[in-house]
Amino acid sequence: MKTIDARGLSCPEPVIMMKNAMASREAAYEVLVDNVTARENVTRFAMHQGYKVQVKEQGDDYILQVTK
Amino acid sequence: MKNEKMTIAAAGVLIGLIAAMLVFFGNPVNMGFCIACFLRDTSGALGLHSAAAVQYIRPEIIGLVLGACAVSLATKEFRPRGGSAPVTRFILGVFVMIGCLMFLGCPFRMILRLAGGDGNAIFGFIGFAAGILAGVVFLKKGYTLKRSYKMPVLEGEIFPVLQLAFLILLIAAPAFIHFSEAGAGPGALHAPVVISLIAGMIVGALAQRTRLCMVGGIRDAVLFREWKLLLGFLAILVSAFLVNLILGAATGTAFFNPGFAGQPVAHTDGLWNALGMFLAGFGCVLLGGCPLRQLVLAGEGNTDSAVTVLGLMVGAAFAHNFGLAASADGPTANGKIAVIIGIAVVAVIAAANTFRKADA
Repeated sequence: MKTIDARGLSCPEPVIMMKNAMASREAAYEVLVDNVTARENVTRFAMHQGYKVQVKEQGDDYILQVTK
Repeated sequence: MKNEKMTIAAAGVLIGLIAAMLVFFGNPVNMGFCIACFLRDTSGALGLHSAAAVQYIRPEIIGLVLGACAVSLATKEFRPRGGSAPVTRFILGVFVMIGCLMFLGCPFRMILRLAGGDGNAIFGFIGFAAGILAGVVFLKKGYTLKRSYKMPVLEGEIFPVLQLAFLILLIAAPAFIHFSEAGAGPGALHAPVVISLIAGMIVGALAQRTRLCMVGGIRDAVLFREWKLLLGFLAILVSAFLVNLILGAATGTAFFNPGFAGQPVAHTDGLWNALGMFLAGFGCVLLGGCPLRQLVLAGEGNTDSAVTVLGLMVGAAFAHNFGLAASADGPTANGKIAVIIGIAVVAVIAAANTFRKADA
């Protein structure tokens, strides 16, 4: 599983990171973001690519479990 | 996902309606909203520049920030953040404004000018799209202004509170605040304060919920084949156009006047309309959003966006103090030089933040 730390970054950067990471077609990713817009945009992008997304809140951050 | 698209389309329709109605209530023609023009007017009212035609504390700006702030507090999205290259953002803000004042409008007003039949805005749109594509090239290669960090709540609250201070200055109207006199120019044309303020708050709230951004539409479509934000852009265009037609039929005064010459607060120099918006589009991609989006983010406690807005306001002051802003007569020589310098500076900022050694 690949971890992507996009905390502190604002869109479109987290989505670009997700997109680049998905080039290697892993079965699962963990994405860390710290704002709602990034959470929504990464979720939307991953779902368009055929992944499922589960969101957990940890303090001020969101942890997105992205799986096939 | 379908829901999201319905929401932003509906919000766009409402925003287009509000923008067109603001002209009916007294704003300059095709200028129901213009973030660049309105920040410029506010800069003038504060005496940062002394162009007598464009001085007024625009309540729409105050409302946009406060509307976005209120919604973000209610949804717990108010999260003070900052520290992502604030000085770079300030400089980008200055040059985005210089580009906007070459064209005579921000991306939002560009849509409204198209909806009002102003053909010059087509050239602006071509430049704008090209500027966004230029920015996207760098984004794809890894452009970043690095991370932002958590800031104290007070730091995030300062910008919204500043808007309250502007509101007090607008209402109290002390002698040191400058207001364009009747007939002096666009600054003297405005809807009643209450209407402008409420219109701003509604649009600020809608833009916060939908993440509406004039730059993000084309950017996301190119980068990710994601059409959501572009849908908002198009909804505003169609809605403002239709409301202009309805207002024209209802009042007997045409609100849709197709053509190039004699368009309100516009000039016919296609090349410089395009280059001005190229600078604005390019700079805004590097900033992560259009001037409207920067106001909304500043309302959510994003202090990097607050610094960007201050850059826009200072850029407006430079534009009028140094004779850079275009007028209905066309661009100025100084303005052309400033736009060229701006494109060069923005390109250097883009390259320097794309191809650097991993230092952090």
